[in-house]
Amino acid sequence: MELAVLILQGIIVAPIPLVFAAIGELVVERSGVLNLGLEGMMILGAIAGFSVALDSGSLVAGIAAAALAGAIAAGIFGILTQVLLSNQVATGLALTIFGLGLAALWGQGYSGESTAPLAKIHIFLLSDIPIAGPLLFAHDPLVYLAFALVAGVAWFLSKTRAGLILRAVGENHDAAHAIGYNVVAVRMAALLFGGACAGVGGAYLSTVQTPFWVENMTAGRGWIALAIVVFASWRPGRVLVGAYLFGGVTVAQLHAQGFGIDIDAQYLSMLPYLVTILVLVLISHNKARVSLNAPACLAKPFFAPS
Amino acid sequence: MTGTALLQLSGITKRFPGVLANDNISFSVAPGAVHALLGENGAGKSTLVKMIYGVMQPDQGEMHFDGAPYAPARPSAARARGVGMVFQHFSLFEALSVAENVALGMNKDAIGKDLNRLIIEVSESYGLSLDPARFVGSLSVGERQRVEIVRCLLQNPRLLIMDEPTSVLTPQEVDVLFETLRQLSSEGCSILYISHKLEEIRTLCDRATVLRGGRVVADCDPREETAKSLAEMMIGTSLSFPERQEPDLGDERLVVEELSAESPDPFGTDLVDISFSVRAGEILGIAGVAGNGQVELMEALIGERATEDGAIRIDGEPVGRQGPTERRRRGMCSVPEERLGHGAVPDMSLWENVILSARTRKGIEKNGFLDLGIAHDFAREVVDTFNVKTAGIEHTARSLSGGNLQKFIVGREMLQKPTVLVILQPTWGVDAAAAADIHRALQELAKGGAAILVISQDLNELMAISTSFAVISEGRLSEPRPTGSMSIEEIGLLMGGVRSSAGKGASAGKGASAGQGAAR
Repeated sequence: MELAVLILQGIIVAPIPLVFAAIGELVVERSGVLNLGLEGMMILGAIAGFSVALDSGSLVAGIAAAALAGAIAAGIFGILTQVLLSNQVATGLALTIFGLGLAALWGQGYSGESTAPLAKIHIFLLSDIPIAGPLLFAHDPLVYLAFALVAGVAWFLSKTRAGLILRAVGENHDAAHAIGYNVVAVRMAALLFGGACAGVGGAYLSTVQTPFWVENMTAGRGWIALAIVVFASWRPGRVLVGAYLFGGVTVAQLHAQGFGIDIDAQYLSMLPYLVTILVLVLISHNKARVSLNAPACLAKPFFAPS
Repeated sequence: MTGTALLQLSGITKRFPGVLANDNISFSVAPGAVHALLGENGAGKSTLVKMIYGVMQPDQGEMHFDGAPYAPARPSAARARGVGMVFQHFSLFEALSVAENVALGMNKDAIGKDLNRLIIEVSESYGLSLDPARFVGSLSVGERQRVEIVRCLLQNPRLLIMDEPTSVLTPQEVDVLFETLRQLSSEGCSILYISHKLEEIRTLCDRATVLRGGRVVADCDPREETAKSLAEMMIGTSLSFPERQEPDLGDERLVVEELSAESPDPFGTDLVDISFSVRAGEILGIAGVAGNGQVELMEALIGERATEDGAIRIDGEPVGRQGPTERRRRGMCSVPEERLGHGAVPDMSLWENVILSARTRKGIEKNGFLDLGIAHDFAREVVDTFNVKTAGIEHTARSLSGGNLQKFIVGREMLQKPTVLVILQPTWGVDAAAAADIHRALQELAKGGAAILVISQDLNELMAISTSFAVISEGRLSEPRPTGSMSIEEIGLLMGGVRSSAGKGASAGKGASAGQGAAR
C-alpha cells in the first residue's frame, strides 16, 4: 500500500514540467505562432533556476529567474519572427540549439551541486486522509500552481475579451488587423507568457524534481510538450490528459525496470516516446477534427499592410 | 452640399510603391444621405474607405467629421466617432461563433451582457435572421454578410460604409436591406455605399461620386443618370451590354439523374434527388439563397466528392466516381465560389496557378514533366484576353484585386475550351465592364457548343445570360424552365422554399433552418 501511494505520488509530480511548458506553448499557438524553441527555453529555465537558487539560497528567486530567462529567450524569438519576419520553424529550431549550448556553458561550474527541495504544503486536515490525502493534498506549491495555470488559461481563453482577441488573432490575423487589433503586440505577449511557463517548467526539473544540474537534463521534454499541445487539440484541459499519459508511462517504465521485468531497459525507456507517437497518429487520423481545432494562422507570417 | 456635411474629405492622397491609389480626392457626405462611391476595380475605392475607417492613413489631405478634424489612427477610433464598416472581403473568424465575431468588431464599452439577445433583436428587426451561437465557418457567404451588417448596426453608427453589400442576397433580401438603409438614413445616419450594381445605386442613392484611376471624375445625382451613363463615367469609354441570343441546342452534354448526397459539413445542406440536363449551346442558370446546397452541388458535379457512378454523366459516360482531373480530361472545367484558396493558390504565381488546372487540357504535362513555356504562354493569353490588371504573370494570385483574380480564374477555365463548364458566382465583386466581358465570353462559349451551368445568387445576371433556369432550395432543384417563362415573384417564392408541387414539408434537411431563416 505504502509503495503504491509512493508510486502514484511520483506519477502526479513527474509530468509537472510538461504541464508548464505545454500550457504556455498552447497559448502561443492559439495566438498563431509556432515556437519550436520550447526545449531551449526549458533548459535555460532549468539552469537559470538552479544557479540562482543555489547562489541566493532562495528557491523562489530561482523560479522567478527561470521565468525571466524563458521570457527573455521567447522575447528574442518574438523580435526575430514577429518584427523581423524570420521563418518561425527555423528560428525555433535555432533557439533550441542555442538554449542547449548556452545552458551547458552557464552550467559548467554547477555540476555536482545540489539545492534543497521545495517544501511541501500539507493542507490542514485534508492531507491526513489516508491514501487520498498524501496523493492530492501534500505537494509543493508549484504542483498546485500548474493545475491553477491550466484552469486559468482555460478560463482566460473562453471567458475573457482578451482571450477572445488572442484566439481571433490566431484564427485570422488579417481580419483582426482590419478590425483594428495589434496582431504583433498580442503575439509578443503570448510568446512572453509561453517563455516564462517553459522556464518554470525547466526549473521544476532542476530545483524540485531531481534537484541538481545535469547537462541536457530536459531530455526532449520540450518536444514532448509540443506534441502534447497537438494531442490536446489546442484545448487547455486536454493538456493535463496528454501530460499525464506521457508522465504516467515514464514512471511506470521506471518501476518496471525496478521490478526486474525481463526486457532491455532501452526498450522500456523508449516506451513513453512510442506511446506519444502512436497517440499523435491516432489523433491526426481524423483530419476534419484537427483542422477544425488548429488555429488557422498557426506559423503563418503576418505583415501589416500599411 | 452645405457647410454642415457629416464627412468632408479634402485633397486626400495615398501612394503605394509604384501606384498612386488616391490622387487629391475631395467630396463630402451630407447627414442622412445615401452616398454612392462608384468605380472600376482598382479605381481606389477600397483604399479610400479604409482611410475613412482608420485602417490606413492618408499621405496628404485632411478629413472632417461632424465639423471637427477627423484622422482616425485605428478602426476603434473610427468606431468611437460613429463610423461603421461592412467589409467586401469579410473580416470574420471562422472558428468563432457569431456572437464572438460581433463582440470583436465592437468597442469594449459598447458590449453589454445581453449580447446574444441584442444580436437576435437587431437581426430580426432588420430581417437578417442570425443564430448567435453558430460558428461562422458553418455559415454561407450570404449569412456571413449578415453577421457583418448586424455587427455594424449594433453600434448605432452615424456613418455606415458598405462595400458591395447586396452581391449575395435574393431580391427580397435586397428589398429588406434597402428598407433598413432607408430607415437608417431617415434616422439621420449617413451611408457610404460602394457597389457595381448601377441599377441599385439609381434606386437607393441620392448622391454619387465616381472614381477613375484614383481621381474623382464626376459627382452627380444618380437618379438623373442612366445605368449606361454611370458605367461610362466609370470606365471612361462607351459600353455595350451583351444581348440575349436564341439558343441553338445540340445533344445533352451534362446529365444529372437522381443525384443525392449527404453533406460532410454538419451544418451543410444535403442534396436530394437532383435531376437536370444541359445541352450543347445551353446555359442553365441555377438561382438560390446562399447555403441551400449550391456548394455541395458544385462539389459533386466537378468531382471533389464522389457520388453514384451513374448519377452524373458527361457526353453519356458515367463520371460519378471520377476525380476532377479525369473529368477535366473529359471536358469539364469549373470555377468555384472562393477565389483565394479554392480557385487559385494565393501564394503561387499566376503561371503556376495556370498549371494547376490546365495541365492536362493544355498539354503542359508530358510524361511527368512540365513544359513551362506552354504554361507561361497560356497565362499570358489569359491575362491579355480577359484584360487582367497585373504587373506580370510572375506575381502571386494574392496580389490581384478580387475582381481581377476572378477574371483570371474565369479566363483560365474558359480558354481551356471546355465542353462542359460549371461556374459558381461568375461575377461576384467584378465591375460592370468586366462582368459584361465575362457574360459575353460565356455566351460565346455556349455558342461554340459547350454546355454551361451557372450557379449564382445574382438574379439579374441569370436572367440576362441563361437560356433555361432553375432554383435550388434546401438541397432540392426545381424543374428547369426556359428563362423568361417565370416572373421574378415566382422565382423569389421558389428561392424561399415554396414549391409549386404539394410535396412540401418532411424534406427539412440539415440546412432547413438556414434556408427558412433567409426566406423570412
